[in-house]
Amino acid sequence: MDIKDALEMVSMSHPGMVRAHNEDSVACEPDLGLVVLADGMGGYNAGEVASGIAVSVVISEIKHAMEEIRPEDQDEESGGDVAVSLLRNNVQKANSSIYHAAHSQPQYSGMGTTIVSGLFYDNRVAVAHIGDSRMYRLRGDVLESITKDHSLLQEQIDSGMISKADARQSQNKNLVTRAVGIDAEVETEIHVHEVRRGDVYVLCSDGLNDMVEDNDIAEIVKTLKANLPLMASQLIQTANDNGGRDNVSVIVVKVNGDFAAQRSVIGKFLSWFKN
Amino acid sequence: MAAKIILSMDGVVLQEYALNKERMTIGRKPHNDIVIDNLAVSGEHAAIVTIQNDSFLEDLDSTNGVMVNGIATKKHFLQNTDVIEIGKYKIKYLNDQPSQTTAADFEKTMVLRAPAKPAASKPALTTTQSIPTVVTSEDALDATGKFTATGPLSGPLAKAAELTTKGAGAAPEKTAGPQRPAVVQILNGPNVGKELELVKNLTTLGKPGVQVAVLARRPHGYFLTHVEGVTFPVVNGESIGENLRQLNDHDIIELAGVKMEFYLK
Repeated sequence: MDIKDALEMVSMSHPGMVRAHNEDSVACEPDLGLVVLADGMGGYNAGEVASGIAVSVVISEIKHAMEEIRPEDQDEESGGDVAVSLLRNNVQKANSSIYHAAHSQPQYSGMGTTIVSGLFYDNRVAVAHIGDSRMYRLRGDVLESITKDHSLLQEQIDSGMISKADARQSQNKNLVTRAVGIDAEVETEIHVHEVRRGDVYVLCSDGLNDMVEDNDIAEIVKTLKANLPLMASQLIQTANDNGGRDNVSVIVVKVNGDFAAQRSVIGKFLSWFKN
Repeated sequence: MAAKIILSMDGVVLQEYALNKERMTIGRKPHNDIVIDNLAVSGEHAAIVTIQNDSFLEDLDSTNGVMVNGIATKKHFLQNTDVIEIGKYKIKYLNDQPSQTTAADFEKTMVLRAPAKPAASKPALTTTQSIPTVVTSEDALDATGKFTATGPLSGPLAKAAELTTKGAGAAPEKTAGPQRPAVVQILNGPNVGKELELVKNLTTLGKPGVQVAVLARRPHGYFLTHVEGVTFPVVNGESIGENLRQLNDHDIIELAGVKMEFYLK
């Protein structure tokens, strides 16, 4: 099955109930199986500039690169999948663009952004993230976060200093330990996960998971998986109903079919035969 | 303003301490930050670790232990007005920091960092490393919204490469449903008379694959929306299409051939 038929994607972004600006950026490329979400930070409108640069650089560069190479191939340099190198190199490119813009234009000084991006290929998804924007996965009845925040709070949880239950009370929620565009280089965390038919992936900015508890996110995703636009708007609405203190953005991706890569002429023939 | 603790015994205040150090120890021996000269108190009895606005109490394997709000504990995430008990002594923890819910300053996104990472080096901050410490003060916030880290980054906690603060990390208020509970009662078919109490935030109605609608409980009422199927739900004889429809008491819903009444209890 073609990737754009196998996946259904919907993105939505809302400034929330308190802030005037929306500093989040989202984008989907159904033809490439690529989704990107970024939550910008910085004074005046620098936050939206940073997240905007991050999303457009990653989308346009990967789009360009995929005219020549395929994500499922092996990268000769790193030995991993090309998809992983694509994400790593282009998040780094976005990092440089933001870093340089921030250093050449005083009004953008200090701007940065989180990012979470998924590249779907060959029944897998490569997930890259920096900061505290998340990707959740619903498989069967279980919704879990498949990214781990780069935040002070997450480090406190990991070191056993604070329990997950107490974490919601913490006043340190807003500290991320990594961001795109702050330094000349950034370390992107990338993992490849196997994808199953029926999975639902939810990318979100912290405006969602700070306002809506994981149980409630799970309930919405499970209940509304037949209607992705409604799922996305329900998630945003719930964050806003709970106070909407931050911008809130979501991208939901549902896997409706198999999208194994066609490796050879015989493979193509067989798959044609199966259809 | 930093959090503080107030040491008292038998209702008499003995001393007040500002939690202005990353780690403050409490014990009988004179080298502690807070010295309590009493035989019931161990040499090094407990410590309070403060990171930004959060403080944690730790029992340092004391002989007689530590209680917080009447419960014996080894480690505790301190909340405003918690009372720590060590022997006959009481220590009240006060952190009246305006929570970020109300502090407009925190609405703006900020960047906070220590020394810049050199361009060529492979960066190192992983989640398994120890907690970075950052000393901040309100004054360090300049006009661009950029923090400068001040103060020493000491000991094993000095690995902070950078920290970026983001605005508004408010704890969500618990989703409060509308005041009155509501019910959907089935009016025809084999399940006639059955009542479905709307106890969840989302309740689905209908037959999956045929026609499904969802009833959402929100702070200001109950809302019906179409989820799947070629026909839309009907409320009081009118199709609601793809729109969100707020339900009023005694509205009649028709869905997948089943008629039901929505009413508030």
